[in-house]
Amino acid sequence: MGFMPLIWLRVAVVCYGVGLLYSLLLLSKKGNLLAKIVEPAVGLGLIFHFVSLVESTILIGHLSLASIHYSESLLAFLAMVVFFVFFVGYRTTSPGIVIFPIVFVLTFASAIGQHPVTLTSPLLRNGWIFVHVVLIFTGYAGLFLSFGASLLYLAQERALKSKSKTALLTWLPPLQTIDDIGYRALLFGFPFMTFGIVTGSVLAIERYGAMFFSDPKILLSFIMWAVYMLLLYTRWSSGWRGRRAAFLATFAFVIAICAWIANNFSRVHRFIPS
Amino acid sequence: MNYVLIGVNHRTAPVEVREQFAIPEARLPEAVKALTSCAGVEEGMIVSTCNRVEILARTSDGGTCLDEFFHGFYGIDPDRYRAHLYEHRDRDAVRHVFRVAASLDSMIVGEPQILGQVKEAYAIARAVGTVNSQLDALLTRAFAVAKRVRNETAVATSAVSVASVAVDLAKKIFGNLQGKSIYLVGAGKMSELAARHLLAHGAEQIYVSNRTHDRAIALARKFNGEALPFDQLYETVSLADIVITSTGAPHAIFRKEHGERFLSRRRNRPMFFIDIAVPRDVDPDMNKLDGVFVYDIDDLQQVVTSHVADRRVEADHAEAIVQLEVDKFQARLQTLDVVPTIVSLQEHLETVRQAEIDRVRGRLGTLSPEQELAVEALTRGIVNKIMHTPITTLKSAARESSEATTVIDLVRRLFGLRELKTAVKEDEAAVGGGKTRTRG
Repeated sequence: MGFMPLIWLRVAVVCYGVGLLYSLLLLSKKGNLLAKIVEPAVGLGLIFHFVSLVESTILIGHLSLASIHYSESLLAFLAMVVFFVFFVGYRTTSPGIVIFPIVFVLTFASAIGQHPVTLTSPLLRNGWIFVHVVLIFTGYAGLFLSFGASLLYLAQERALKSKSKTALLTWLPPLQTIDDIGYRALLFGFPFMTFGIVTGSVLAIERYGAMFFSDPKILLSFIMWAVYMLLLYTRWSSGWRGRRAAFLATFAFVIAICAWIANNFSRVHRFIPS
Repeated sequence: MNYVLIGVNHRTAPVEVREQFAIPEARLPEAVKALTSCAGVEEGMIVSTCNRVEILARTSDGGTCLDEFFHGFYGIDPDRYRAHLYEHRDRDAVRHVFRVAASLDSMIVGEPQILGQVKEAYAIARAVGTVNSQLDALLTRAFAVAKRVRNETAVATSAVSVASVAVDLAKKIFGNLQGKSIYLVGAGKMSELAARHLLAHGAEQIYVSNRTHDRAIALARKFNGEALPFDQLYETVSLADIVITSTGAPHAIFRKEHGERFLSRRRNRPMFFIDIAVPRDVDPDMNKLDGVFVYDIDDLQQVVTSHVADRRVEADHAEAIVQLEVDKFQARLQTLDVVPTIVSLQEHLETVRQAEIDRVRGRLGTLSPEQELAVEALTRGIVNKIMHTPITTLKSAARESSEATTVIDLVRRLFGLRELKTAVKEDEAAVGGGKTRTRG
């Protein structure tokens, strides 16, 4: 990774840091402190982030997923874009309480990377791989947001049921709004995830044949996709929300993390020739 | 300053007394005219609401009392009501006006109507022409203070009635109430009030059910809703998002197993039960179901109580703001107070200087331009040196409320300046009676 993109990325990390701080302050119920600057701050972060991604792509001369840090950065970027899509729709930053820390950690990890793990496979220059990753990552972003919303739903539900004064705390949006965000984020992410997995499968079959299916990362991805679908199905058929939906979303989220970690064990994703 | 304020409010007087002083809006113009026609009253306005009557005036001297107005307009001897009337002057009057506008003096602290009522009273008095520069300054400031209190404290944000708490909770659950439906089970004043509030905030459909079906029909007609037979209660309740119950049943009519059925019929969309009945109509276990929220009368009352307590804490912040603003307002008025004195002092010394130069001019003969300049500089220098201390003293006195008047008087006497009143009158004549904010 060149020098300038890293600078921009670090600026973005600082901006996202405001978002992280905002999340932490919200949890300690002092959220109003940063409420006024959090939107411009993370918006600015998004712009720098975009510049960083574009510049590093230009520097390398092609779409590059070769560096793990680039991928983290891309995932964080897409999560932030999805967050903003929903922010425009609902005018609430509250899902940020979950999204901001995730984005911060991903971007931070990407920005401090001095010796990036670089994969040298020529396959990674393939445009289809890039499409695959962007689709999957957008699906992840939708899942992250939905996961965040389901946690907020639980918090709000608990506050309302406890009948304490906190029930009327203003920083959380109404239950219905949180619910809408969670559901729409799922709906939004699902086609991306599906097509991402389809393109990945096609690419893998083309290169490795049918054996790719036993790869741990791919297996986990399929399980995650199944849980994702289950989430949507239970919601659509019997209106599952609240505790049960949050449980499933957490499950999907954990599998997503595992799938991410499984990169280290996956032959297919390290592009080891068969 | 010379502000005088006399009033009665809900704390000092029962309604029988307040109604003696209340003035209907249509008669307000006449009343403020009567007020300003009293001897010594320069400006005046009157705020009259169901909870208070405030008569505010600026007088030409500090001593005028408004008894004349009570005799003239009300035909009442104010002495009869002295125990109920409060009277504030100057600084206290300013403070009182600020507090009233900021709704700190209200029966329900923070209620928003009073500011509108004060603004209206001000508009009426302005239209009639009984409010000029000084009351104008006071009221403009009072509105700004009210705004500041509203923005910087939470004195007016929380709901302090059972019905408004119910609305707040419904909004916290459903967000927008648009398109939401209400089910009234049983009838009662409180449940009707809650329903009315919810409808006012956007809820659309209303169903009514009662053991006596005729009463349900009557109530449904009142709300433009639909009466449903009581024996189909369990089948129909799940139609509604918000259920308000107030039956006289001796035991709970909605239990957990009912709730489970409602939820599956509603595909788990949330329901909000507002249980106003005592004994309760809804089994508290219902609240344990995902997506069912049950608030009984005590729960609602508890929220109200805690909000009232919050408002009291916030009111303390608000009082501090008011105090600060009163100080600021007074300081500003006093700075304005000393300005005319400074100006006349400067004018006075300049006249002396010119006169002296003219007097010795003949003896000096023809002066070169340089000499001319030197004389000018010399005399100016002396005058400025002499003026320096009195002016700085005046300016610093303006900041100390107790000193200002004494120092102004002293400087005027020492330098033999014109009497203030005649000076002001001449000034006003000079600027065509415009806004000269001077001591009256």
